[in-house]
Amino acid sequence: MATLDQTDLPPGEAPPPEHGLRRRDWLNVAAVSFAGVGAAAIVIPLVNQMNPSADVLALASIEVDISKIESGMGIKTSWRKQPVFIRNLTPAEVASANKVPASSLRDPQTLAERTKEGKQNWLVQLGVCTHLGCIPLGIGEGENKGPFNGYFCPCHGSAYDEAGRIRQGPAPKNLVVPDYAFKSDTVIQIG
Amino acid sequence: MSFPWAAHYAPKHPLMRWLDERLPMPRLVYNAIGAGYPVPRNLNYFWNFGVLAGLALVIQIVTGVVLGMHYAANGGVAFDSVEKIMRDVNQGWFIRYAHANGASFFLAVVYIHIFRGLYYGSYKAPREMVWLIGVVIFLLMMATAFMGYVLPWGQMSFWGAQVITGFFSAIPVVGEPIRIWLLGGYAPDNDALNRFFSLHYLLPFVIAGCIILHIWALHIPGSNNPTGVDVKGPQDTVPFHPYYTAKDGFGVGVALLVFSLFLFFMPNALGHPDNYIPANPLSTPAHIVPEWYFLPFYAILKAFTGDFLWIPAKLWGVLAMFGSILLLFFLPWIDRSPVRSSNYRPLYKKFFWVLVVDVILLGYLGQAEPNWKTVLASQICAGYYFAHFLIILPIVSMIERPLPLPRSISESVLHGEDEESAPYGVADASHAGHGPAPQPAA
Repeated sequence: MATLDQTDLPPGEAPPPEHGLRRRDWLNVAAVSFAGVGAAAIVIPLVNQMNPSADVLALASIEVDISKIESGMGIKTSWRKQPVFIRNLTPAEVASANKVPASSLRDPQTLAERTKEGKQNWLVQLGVCTHLGCIPLGIGEGENKGPFNGYFCPCHGSAYDEAGRIRQGPAPKNLVVPDYAFKSDTVIQIG
Repeated sequence: MSFPWAAHYAPKHPLMRWLDERLPMPRLVYNAIGAGYPVPRNLNYFWNFGVLAGLALVIQIVTGVVLGMHYAANGGVAFDSVEKIMRDVNQGWFIRYAHANGASFFLAVVYIHIFRGLYYGSYKAPREMVWLIGVVIFLLMMATAFMGYVLPWGQMSFWGAQVITGFFSAIPVVGEPIRIWLLGGYAPDNDALNRFFSLHYLLPFVIAGCIILHIWALHIPGSNNPTGVDVKGPQDTVPFHPYYTAKDGFGVGVALLVFSLFLFFMPNALGHPDNYIPANPLSTPAHIVPEWYFLPFYAILKAFTGDFLWIPAKLWGVLAMFGSILLLFFLPWIDRSPVRSSNYRPLYKKFFWVLVVDVILLGYLGQAEPNWKTVLASQICAGYYFAHFLIILPIVSMIERPLPLPRSISESVLHGEDEESAPYGVADASHAGHGPAPQPAA
């Protein structure tokens, strides 16, 4: 092949055997790589357009008035299009939740770790089963609380205890506690 | 490809000759489903279900495109737009019920089609590629049916979308970003509904493309048959047209009768009443179940309730559910028996029927309330499903002693049938009587 590095061979001498990369090979690799980069640059926006758009990402925080929630009552509110359970635990429920050794749980957490200091009776958590995202029963009056007196997910039978900790069924984690803060004794801000 | 004795396309009309020299489309059709495609003469009615699946795809595409003219893919109005179709659009109720029941019809005939292939060894060499493309079509069908069910934006739509996109969150590290990417948000909402509409429109055309490959791959070796014995000569086949176009046409008529019974007299029998409740993101229905055609896989998903080997139960369930389908890709290499048809495999035949019962049981357990009895039963059934493919099949194909195979398809057809002992293409075979049928002339 009459490439540049072979033209100045002395007449009659055989060209050296093919070895390593020729300059044309490098051009091939460079051209294909460049086309590959170009294709990737086109694919990225085509994939990324499906990620949450700006209006979905603009998530405000919400304030919730909890003054009307009596001991033993719970409410369901909506935040980021997901339900949030806010429950005022009774002293008996707090005691029962604290009796369970955290190390024996699938996702070890104490009630104190899931609540704010000094407000152990206020349990705020996302009402989204950590298995596949259904809303567990148990926050409303008369709903099935499951075998651990907490929450029971009807989709695949996950059972949570008073503190929203996973005790039985396929769910891997405790109910998620979102970022929240007490603005005053009767108002919490979620998010 | 076709057998050497296939009839040749010979256009008579000058226009057809003109066309044949420029774009031989009629020739293609003639060789694919016309007289130019010889088919084993002994196919039974289980060989109708491929055509029925094709018919179902056509019903779905036609009714689907029509519904798309009236449906609005927006969370605020989607449910109402479906009610508008039911009440205000001319014959809208008919088109919507045809589409909804059409999905059940499609999956029902495809399940029979799949079990036909399992029973008669239609996945074995040289038809592995037909089988592999078929499994791809099955996966695409399930994805399409899922996204279609989301569109009415009822309770089952919404929570089905939540749960099925939730499958992906079981994947370690990248799972949650994938789920959010699929939904375009943190929970199903407008953006999810919008893209599901777009993809629900797209995928049927991908399925149609795969079906072309499916048929193409089938026509290389030609159809399997109930004996599983290869075609040996012209006496084993009849031309597809008119013999099987007529038989398929009859099957289509019967199937449409059954379909019409559902469509006109019990259009909601296979649906879930909760999907007549508009989607409520703050309340999961107490008894949420998927569509019937997903139930066996759903039962496998639900069977995993405990962590095991450092893999959480949630990931186990999802892996098992997808694994139960992906396993089918390897079936041609799992079953090593050279005998195709179960009619000559006494041991495999028994396990085949146990598998059928197992899958039906899984379907029942998929919709049962989760308690210790149903969970234990679905664990046993799910375990058996995997054992069938991973343990029983390899052992059976090693130890089984098959029954003697007929020497040819025509021999099996003629066996003991005096009146019909004049096979097509063999002039000298009349009155063969009992016992071994005459050998093919060629």
